[in-house]
Amino acid sequence: MTQRKRLSQGKAASAPRRSETLMGEEEDDDIPFTQPSTSQVQKGLEKLTPAQVDQKTAEVVQYFLMKDQKKIPVRRADLVKHVVKEYRNIYPEIMKRTARTFEQVFGLKLVEIDFKNHVYILINKLETLEGAPVRSPSNPKMGLLFVILSVIFMKGGAVKETLVWNTLKKLRVDPGEKHEEFGDVKRLVTDEFVRQRYLEYVRIPHTEPLEHEFRWGQRAELEVSKIKILEFMGELHDRDPQSWSQQYKEATTPSSSSQPSTSSQR
Amino acid sequence: MSRPMGDSHRRFLQAMMAKGIINEQEARALHRHCCDAHNAHCAPDRLDEFIDVISSHLQPMFMQIRKGMSEEDGLPYYALVNMAETDVTRMSSDYADNELELFRKTMDLILGSETGSVSSTDILNSADSLQTKKLKKSETEHLLSRLVMDKWLNEKRGEYTLSTRCIIEMEPYIRTMYQDQVKLCHICHNIVFQCQICENPTCGIKIHNPCVARYFKGRAEPRCPACDDFWPHEIPEVRRLQSQSRR
Repeated sequence: MTQRKRLSQGKAASAPRRSETLMGEEEDDDIPFTQPSTSQVQKGLEKLTPAQVDQKTAEVVQYFLMKDQKKIPVRRADLVKHVVKEYRNIYPEIMKRTARTFEQVFGLKLVEIDFKNHVYILINKLETLEGAPVRSPSNPKMGLLFVILSVIFMKGGAVKETLVWNTLKKLRVDPGEKHEEFGDVKRLVTDEFVRQRYLEYVRIPHTEPLEHEFRWGQRAELEVSKIKILEFMGELHDRDPQSWSQQYKEATTPSSSSQPSTSSQR
Repeated sequence: MSRPMGDSHRRFLQAMMAKGIINEQEARALHRHCCDAHNAHCAPDRLDEFIDVISSHLQPMFMQIRKGMSEEDGLPYYALVNMAETDVTRMSSDYADNELELFRKTMDLILGSETGSVSSTDILNSADSLQTKKLKKSETEHLLSRLVMDKWLNEKRGEYTLSTRCIIEMEPYIRTMYQDQVKLCHICHNIVFQCQICENPTCGIKIHNPCVARYFKGRAEPRCPACDDFWPHEIPEVRRLQSQSRR
């Protein structure tokens, strides 16, 4: 049965899931997936033609692109069940090629954000620049997100939701009202941005009425440059970014997750 | 042997993925922007070559940046297309089975028409006879606006036509599935929908409106290039890029 998915914005290369539209393909998909060993992968590769492996890699790439369009993380279990299927014995090789394709062709990086449940996202290796002549529909949302991430970062990494709502209200973006550009602002911030892993919206225990706090999500940690935020703040308040010593220190400390590169030369 | 991709190519590709389709002017501006961003040399007349590098690397993924002409304004457009599917199932991740069926029916109607367009009334009528789940009038209207928003169809005064993106992406499919009905423009030899037709019943050649504008430009007495009969239709103006702003 063709899965009905919600309308995507900024429609790009429509990449249909040929594998998902195949009906009645009863694979042994309920057997939990375990990583094959290197020798198993080798043996598996010997039995397949290069064209077959390329084809399967292409399908995996398409699947990721489709999910990434909506910024939905990909679970390994779904990937194996719906796309990789009988090629599961060479799964590591396919993933290796997929990652390489994303880096070399798309400028995207395949990152595992959940090592227990094996969940992947694609992050942008290229820095988001101002003044792009072709504006994608998601740009205004990213602007709003950037403001929220800035507030959180400047306040040390976690803020009460009320602070975020008040900040937005000052910008005439009222979570209580339907916004011309963003629609249901509260849903965008607490649902969409959270599902996309840009934000975390966490309950504060023992609060009455229930309050939440916002933190940076995993995707933001990987994609958004903290230095850029400080530079933006510096311009906004006419201050030297270094004057926020605490934040500057955090922004310049190399972390385990790589910050996006600035315009690299080729 | 295809040239390696640089960050400028990747940035261009990412922009294409976000937009789906851009016109030539946008493509040139984007090309300049991407090259500047990565300190790469930008040769404005090498845009197609630049795009070919990207396409050659997309080929193993059955994707391509393909160039085509808009039937509306006659300008070149670049679309990121998926070549893996040979059917409308390329849209299947966003539309339900009955919605795809309606889209196919809309295409049938457009291909069967002389004008390359179909009225919303005719589409609504065909929604009644779907083999998969039926669509209500409101659902059909909502579906049509989604198809327009997703750039599969264009709508003008209640008439629906195939969008430039749709034509560029589905050309191979259309040529195959509608072999008997599909017509080619006499001037540019690409598939044609919205056009002018030679009135001579033994001739009947079709020419895209922009192709008419270009071909007959400056001619005092326009004549059919195939049968030499007088060309009775009004010759449109050639669309210029810079000056004619619609605002």
